[in-house]
Amino acid sequence: MSFDIPDDRRYQESHEWALENDGTVRVGISDFAQDELGDVVFVELPGEGDAVTRSEEFGVIESIKAVSDLYAPVSGEVTAVNEALFDAPELVNQEPFGEGWMLEIAADDTSELEALLSAEEYEDQIA
Amino acid sequence: MPLQTPPLRGIHDDRGAKFTEFGGWDMPVEFDSIQTEHAAVREDVGIFDVSHMGQIHVTGVDATELMQRLTSNDVSRLEVGDSQYAAITDEEGNIIDDTVVYRLPADGGDPTYLFVPNAGTDEATHERWIGYRNEWDLEATVDNRTDEYAMFAVQGPKAAELVATLADEPVDELDRFEARDATIDDVTCWTARTGYTGEDGFELIVPWPEAERIWSLFECQPCGLGARDTLRIEAGFLLAGQDFDHESDPRTPYEAGIGFTVDLETEFVGRDALERVNEAGIEEELVGFQLIDRGIPRHGYDITNTDSRVVGTVTSGTMSPSLEKPIGLGYVPIEYAEPGTTLQIIVRGQSKKARVETTPFIDTV
Repeated sequence: MSFDIPDDRRYQESHEWALENDGTVRVGISDFAQDELGDVVFVELPGEGDAVTRSEEFGVIESIKAVSDLYAPVSGEVTAVNEALFDAPELVNQEPFGEGWMLEIAADDTSELEALLSAEEYEDQIA
Repeated sequence: MPLQTPPLRGIHDDRGAKFTEFGGWDMPVEFDSIQTEHAAVREDVGIFDVSHMGQIHVTGVDATELMQRLTSNDVSRLEVGDSQYAAITDEEGNIIDDTVVYRLPADGGDPTYLFVPNAGTDEATHERWIGYRNEWDLEATVDNRTDEYAMFAVQGPKAAELVATLADEPVDELDRFEARDATIDDVTCWTARTGYTGEDGFELIVPWPEAERIWSLFECQPCGLGARDTLRIEAGFLLAGQDFDHESDPRTPYEAGIGFTVDLETEFVGRDALERVNEAGIEEELVGFQLIDRGIPRHGYDITNTDSRVVGTVTSGTMSPSLEKPIGLGYVPIEYAEPGTTLQIIVRGQSKKARVETTPFIDTV
């Protein structure tokens, strides 16, 4: 089975993606991760203005069969939360790289992204 | 110990199934999506490979007595082609396992039974039957045939139509809990109108070498153990090892809500203890609940009362695909068991409001 791995963003080993735009980092989970989880039925996310720390938990995603923690790819302040997921968590399954995004973080230091995996490196990890 | 491989492992793999270890077996947990498979069974028809369930065959002049003395229900009521749900209990009346007992056509003139213990318990159950047979000096042959037969569950409102189309016999005329031999593509399958989803449906016991061929005739949604779990929770049915666990949390059938399987007019291991429980009444009971706050209850989460005192434990929980609400099962003291009672479930450290509900959560057959 092959999975989408867009090369415009970076990836964590824990399967979150991070897409930077002018100092703001949008975060979601990968196509591989949503497929492994199965039907996503619940997400718990921080609120706008909350601080998140790189590599630490920022939320929880639950499918029918499993519970998984979500880890921040960068440190910073949450500037937007995708509240659509509270009513339609299945967006994570349907469009993990699009409408299924979770957070936007005003990054303290965007160079933290360099420690993450490239699309190619992430593809090797899930192979 | 290596995992046991079900007879259909290869074709499940080709179909893209994901697998999980269950009761020592490597079983498909999901083919397409749990919600898709769940909906197929509630609205149409789906097929499950449940070959991990045990199959124990008992025959001989004393077969009825052996079955009567080792299961909680009244086996003597079964005519050929009947089946019944029963508990297997220890001397204290605690559930070791739950099972369905089928009365088969007589083998050489002797009464003959097939019963289906849960995955991974077939060897211990076989030994239990042999041990008691020897101790009581009964004349019965007990064979563990788990490795000889596959088992399929075809479930859903259109299951009868589908099975009847494939079988040479009018299996759609069977009543609930009735069974017969039916011929499907020249293979004799023990075909019972039973199941564990809350829907109408059939369970077929199919000779292992023919399993792939027969499975492939069923053109319907293949379903995995993930959907089986959401379906059975909605129906309020117990999962062995989770809603009762003889080792970690022994429970009587009365506590587990299956007191209807106990016939105190019969003699069986655990009967006297259960008579005492029945007279004294139970202190705790398995209840269904719905989470009112956002979150999903999971096995092992604490249940508290509104004063935040821990009063019980969640045994099963899920987001109900049919109701689109988080639901679960758990043991609580009987003073909290009344439907409508407010409880709290501790979901990853946070207290979430829940309400005791009548089970089954959905309409069942």
